[in-house]
Amino acid sequence: MALYRDEGIVLRTWKLGEADRIVVFLTLGRGKVRAVAKGVRKTRSKFGARLEPTSHAALQFYEGRELDIVTQADSIDHFRAVREDLDRFGRAATMLEAVDQLAQEGEANPRLFQMLLGALRTLSAQDAPLVAPAFFWKVLALEGYRPELDVCVECGAAEPLVAFDLDSGGVLCRGCRRGSSITPDALALLRRILGGQLGAALGEAASPATHEVDHLATRAMEHHLERRLRSAALLPNW
Amino acid sequence: MAVYAGPVQDLIDELGRLPGIGPKSAQRIAFHLLKLPRDDALRLARAVVEAKERVSFCTRCFNIAEGDACAICTDPRREASVLCVVEEPRDVVAVEKTGEFHGRYHVLQGAISPIEGIGPEQLRVRELLARIEPEGVQEIILCTNPNIEGEATAMYLAKLLGALDLQVTRIASGLPVGGDLEYADELTLGRALEGRRVLDTG
Ligand SMILES: [Zn+2]
Ligand SMILES: [Zn+2]
Repeated sequence: MALYRDEGIVLRTWKLGEADRIVVFLTLGRGKVRAVAKGVRKTRSKFGARLEPTSHAALQFYEGRELDIVTQADSIDHFRAVREDLDRFGRAATMLEAVDQLAQEGEANPRLFQMLLGALRTLSAQDAPLVAPAFFWKVLALEGYRPELDVCVECGAAEPLVAFDLDSGGVLCRGCRRGSSITPDALALLRRILGGQLGAALGEAASPATHEVDHLATRAMEHHLERRLRSAALLPNW
Repeated sequence: MAVYAGPVQDLIDELGRLPGIGPKSAQRIAFHLLKLPRDDALRLARAVVEAKERVSFCTRCFNIAEGDACAICTDPRREASVLCVVEEPRDVVAVEKTGEFHGRYHVLQGAISPIEGIGPEQLRVRELLARIEPEGVQEIILCTNPNIEGEATAMYLAKLLGALDLQVTRIASGLPVGGDLEYADELTLGRALEGRRVLDTG
């Protein structure tokens, strides 16, 4: 019997058959893992709420030919404050969706795991508007996409920087502008997020600038993934 | 991957489209059907056609119905003032079996699931709002599943209905009757503790 243990965060689930689910995890040791949780939809399931999106659990798997099988799950954190608040749940959902797209099966990515865990913990502790956008920018930096924020990517001018273009990889001055416009406040926030002042950025209250950074982060992530984030499209309607 | 020719592959493909049936199961069921006596197979085919032709969704509550309105909506003994909101028609069956509910239902035909792109717009939410005035609804029981999608749906509806002059309630979460406490997950046990009630000590 090939059993293995790992810890994981549930990214999404699919119904399977009468009472089972396929659960997609980001695990610490094996990257993305898709496994069957038998009987999880029954009210008396031993898994209870431990295998629902956002849950962080210590897991034991049985290695199957096509899909692994979850044999044990012990809750480490269920981020109740995220589950029980519609806005936070929506933001967590966009992070989980992006990670589901980025993570690879059989490829451990401990940095990504720690970042997702950190973001869920922060979101659980405070309803900060920049948690998800900061997570996106940090993940993009981890993936090698680090936008130029200090000088115009075209001519090198230091100011006035008025535009941001995803294809060009950073900010542009008034003379070279293309892409979308960016306000000085949003640019300052972006510099803080990517320049080692994440804590301060997360303390920001919701404002037009945080909204702008949020919008830009979603577009940058979608640009990188080359697909739309379904959950991000739903959020404004809540 | 089309391994089999013509009609056999068509059958496998159609079965594979059903919820919860993967390619392997589809193949197994297809070969089972091919082995069946002709009459048995035709009875199944007829049942599908009959159900499809005679049964549709209730135009009022979106439960399964033969004709325009379902058996519950047309029953004069059911209270019109209380609506029980559920995700699927089979949840109506589950609540009916308790014998504890005497009002009417509203079937959302799903639950909010951001990652699948299912939001309020994709559910029968507008139709729910449209029923409140004309039917004189005074209480809405949110009876969506006690999982993350069901909870999100209940939260959304609670917020939406909060502005209206009616009572909105959510079914209680707790421990399954007949089980052992030690097997309960932390979230369920935590909510059961919160939802504790005073026992009559008289
Ligand atoms: Zn320039
Ligand atoms: Zn009806």
